[in-house]
Amino acid sequence: MKTFATYNIKGGVGKTASAVNLAYLASRDGYRVLLADLDPQAAASFLFRVRPRVKGGGKALIAGKRTIDAAIKATDFDNLDLLPADFTYRNLDLLLDAAKKPARRLTTLLAPLRADYDVIFLDCSPGISLLSESVLDAADTVLVPLIPTTLSVRTLDQLTDFIGGMNGHRPQILAFFSMLDRRKRLHREISLELPARRSDIAATAIPSLSLIEQMSVLRSPVTASAPRSRAAQCYRELWREARRRSKLPDPPSLP
Amino acid sequence: MQNALREFMLDDDQGAENIDALPLPGARFSWADGDRTRALRRTWLDTFDWRLYRSGLTLEQVSSRGMTQITLTGRDGEVIAAQQVSPRRSDAAGGPVKWPSLLGALPAGLLQEHLLPVVGVRALLPVARAVSRLSDKRVLNSDDKTVARVSLDRMSVTFPAAAAAPPRLSVRALRGYQAQASRLVELLAAAPGVTDGTQSALEAALAAAGRRAGDYSGKISVQLAPRMPAASALAAVLTALLDTLEANVSGTIRDTDTEFLHDLRIAVRRTRSALRLAGAVLPASLVRAFRPEFKWLGDLTTPTRDLDVYLLSFSGMAAGLVAGTDSELAPFRDYLLRRRAAAQRQLARGLRSARFSRLIGQWRTGLSEAAGGARRRPTAAQLAASRIARAHRRVIADGGAITAAAPAESLHELRKRCKELRYLLEIFGSLYDPAEQWQAVRELKNLQDCLGEFQDTEVQREEIRAFAAQMMDERAAPAATLLAMGEIAAGLAMRQREARSEFSGRFREFASPASQARIRALTRAAAA
Repeated sequence: MKTFATYNIKGGVGKTASAVNLAYLASRDGYRVLLADLDPQAAASFLFRVRPRVKGGGKALIAGKRTIDAAIKATDFDNLDLLPADFTYRNLDLLLDAAKKPARRLTTLLAPLRADYDVIFLDCSPGISLLSESVLDAADTVLVPLIPTTLSVRTLDQLTDFIGGMNGHRPQILAFFSMLDRRKRLHREISLELPARRSDIAATAIPSLSLIEQMSVLRSPVTASAPRSRAAQCYRELWREARRRSKLPDPPSLP
Repeated sequence: MQNALREFMLDDDQGAENIDALPLPGARFSWADGDRTRALRRTWLDTFDWRLYRSGLTLEQVSSRGMTQITLTGRDGEVIAAQQVSPRRSDAAGGPVKWPSLLGALPAGLLQEHLLPVVGVRALLPVARAVSRLSDKRVLNSDDKTVARVSLDRMSVTFPAAAAAPPRLSVRALRGYQAQASRLVELLAAAPGVTDGTQSALEAALAAAGRRAGDYSGKISVQLAPRMPAASALAAVLTALLDTLEANVSGTIRDTDTEFLHDLRIAVRRTRSALRLAGAVLPASLVRAFRPEFKWLGDLTTPTRDLDVYLLSFSGMAAGLVAGTDSELAPFRDYLLRRRAAAQRQLARGLRSARFSRLIGQWRTGLSEAAGGARRRPTAAQLAASRIARAHRRVIADGGAITAAAPAESLHELRKRCKELRYLLEIFGSLYDPAEQWQAVRELKNLQDCLGEFQDTEVQREEIRAFAAQMMDERAAPAATLLAMGEIAAGLAMRQREARSEFSGRFREFASPASQARIRALTRAAAA
């Protein structure tokens, strides 16, 4: 089992859009995929039309009273399940704080799912918090969407420093440019220049496209609703690159 | 295929066309098309005597879009083992898709491992073929989220007869939406034109084609009544034996597996025993005319079966070698295979002959006439009681006379007496309490196994000498092979000695007062 987290300290950079599309593409490749929506805004749950409610809320989940297993819902797509968000997740930090070894908590909770899933995506809320520490501990690869600006590159450095300071497990970082607007000179320059210089930035970039924004209207991954679109093509390239760079083993052959 | 939560049958194809018009009252569900429609070519496999079906297993080969997979499922549809076989490849790794085939023809793996203990030496043959046209529907909640998948299967059966099976619906719950799927199942169960699907797809395919799973068994399955005329009872049993015999002719001629011949021979032997032991209640002319014919048929089948027994036990014999090796025995095996091929040709010729078809046809007519003209006395129970008691007395008397110094011949004779008793218990078995009858047969079988081992090892040892001499004559026997054959002969002699030493103990058990009382009580109860 490999765990990917889509994460950025900043919000509104395309985390959920990438998590939803990459999770869908992974399931199409034949992996058994779970997408965990850890963001109380519940955007991923909304996109998959799953009601954002987990019995007992975040409290029961973190306390381990209710296993994650019972909360999981199938999406409309084969091989792709969702752990829905819950509004109580806004307090996850407080709940984690009360738990033993809070930074390891998510890793422990996900461990029993090893037999059921080949790939897990964690979609989490922005910011640096106990939850994000726990997410970084659970992830094998952190996918970091970046808007091609100087400032956002600084946040990548901050994250890299933070991970560098973690004890024990340190996830691999794979950043990629998101919401790339080719009409903007700065976007063009940064997105061309940086991947060539930095090995932690992917060669594939996701452009700013209205189809991606419309996902919230269609309530479906763009890779499923418009598989031939430019947006879908970019996500496929990004997934290929993430698969290769994270050394994800081939999916088990279908039974 | 994923496990279905529940299966339904639709009354007609019209319902299938308009499945999305099925009302789902009171629930905020709606129908949507699924993303797939596909055609599957399905072949269900089993042995001729339905060993898989009787063990609650289903083996199905499914081809779709150039891919072929064989799947073994259990009683609740759970997948036990599955294997991809590609239809274009005929090499060992690709596996055979030509049925019937023996199990060894499947690629080695989990599937073969699970099948072996059940299927044994029998061939797997198609028991039904069909084409399923599947279309998927989705059931949505008020958020337009899929909460259950429904697949509609319109199945055209192509074998054993062309027929259309009633359309089937299967409902699959999605993870986290079990409650909604259960509600959907309730609604469908109450919908007009929808009935609960209690049959499996295989059973439905067979029913459409006018057949029933498990409709063949080598056992005598005639239900006799104690007070029916003995001649009618005997004619009914003999007719059932004739059915079994006929059912196995084609598989024997085609040499599909060794057990067709085995079952055919058992039917012939039971027929001959019944005629010899109880034939007096049938018209004398009928018995007189057919006893020699059935002897001819029995003799016709003997050479092939003897060689089968050798070949079936070959790997066991080869494994028992201490000095010799497997490869040294190979010429012996080749020799046996050549002999068997020749014997099989003889046998097939005999079963295709006019004499054989005459025998079968006239015997059936003769039996139906005998059943019609039967006298009321003796009754079936009276005849059974007297014959079983006599056969039992003879086994007890002959066995009791065998001392440690008795010649081998006396044990061989006793084996024959035991067989007679066994056939009588089986032929008239339906007159008795099944548990008591089973216990009596079990006790007798224990003794028979010992006597069988004693005689078979002797016969095989004599045969191996004869084979060795013939192979020398044909210059087909390297010295190493003859030595290995000598070792096998020595092993057989040892086994025979062991069987001889076990005999007195086994016979004591059989002749115990409790066991004797059981046989007496059994026949008395039915004749009363």
